[in-house]
Amino acid sequence: MRLITHNMLQCHVRGCNANNFPLELQEVVLEQEEAEMNEDFLRNMLGKLEYDALVATCHKLDINDLPVTLPEDAQYNEEFLQILHRIILETHVKSGKMVCPNCNHTYSIRDGIPNMLLAEHEV
Amino acid sequence: MSRPEHQAPPEIVYGGEEAAKYAGNSRIAAIQAEMASRAVELLNLPEGYPGYILDVGCGSGLSGEVLEEEGHVWVGFDISPAMLEVALEQEATGDLFLQDAGQGIAFRPGTFDGCISISVLQWLCNADKTSHHPKARLTRFFSTLYSALRRGARAIFQFYPENDDQIQLIMGCAVRCGFEGGLVVDYPNSKKAKKFYLCLFAGHEVNGVKQQ
Ligand SMILES: [Zn+2]
Repeated sequence: MRLITHNMLQCHVRGCNANNFPLELQEVVLEQEEAEMNEDFLRNMLGKLEYDALVATCHKLDINDLPVTLPEDAQYNEEFLQILHRIILETHVKSGKMVCPNCNHTYSIRDGIPNMLLAEHEV
Repeated sequence: MSRPEHQAPPEIVYGGEEAAKYAGNSRIAAIQAEMASRAVELLNLPEGYPGYILDVGCGSGLSGEVLEEEGHVWVGFDISPAMLEVALEQEATGDLFLQDAGQGIAFRPGTFDGCISISVLQWLCNADKTSHHPKARLTRFFSTLYSALRRGARAIFQFYPENDDQIQLIMGCAVRCGFEGGLVVDYPNSKKAKKFYLCLFAGHEVNGVKQQ
């Protein structure tokens, strides 16, 4: 799972509707995989990103390259887009877990695949 | 021949051996790719627009390959661990999740520019466990999907409806969750080639402008 997708996730346990994002990454193993940069795609995603959550998540993973606030010229800031690309599209979470800040539900990640299945009483 | 969704739950039917067979069968692969291409076409995204697309029941990643070729970034989930295993072996380029569509999806509002799904929807009409109520599962799925799509985005489901009642059940649930849309039938007069695509629209774009 790439960090961009982590930024789009929220807890989906029944009744867990507030403060259910971002899921906290714990005990993760990361891996960098090169990917072709697509600036149009990055621009398309800028409006969807929860930037503060991304920065906070990165800090916990000891990735400190992103500016604390989104640059005003982000859409056309080449240098920024390159950093963003490396972090959200080339950084993969290979294993670990994600914990909901609200209900504490833990989603485990194995082989890069988060397990989002819920028990019957959580649906 | 009995329909696979009548035999056992999908994670059992597409267990290890079957998953490998399914992914390795070039005839099935060709048909799947063709249906995926058609689904992507029905998404009706602007020419050259690189979208962030959800693949529901992504299996071994065959339809994801089509999305990739069209320049999209994709996220897929499947309920069969064995299928996901095959997707990993084939170095699928999308982000994969182990997830049951009937439990709803876990994405923030407005995340996806589109959603495709190949040969999955009919499975949701089954009650594989006593706790499964098809209507509740369809509603849970469609309501969370509706929210996860940006306004104006489409969700295209190729599926094999068993009968008209099933189509009505699915359509009814989708409409109650806010979707508009209808059924596209390709090759309606060919018993063999006939294909059903449920095309759902998640509301309308604001002022005709694509939301950023
Ligand atoms: Zn939660």
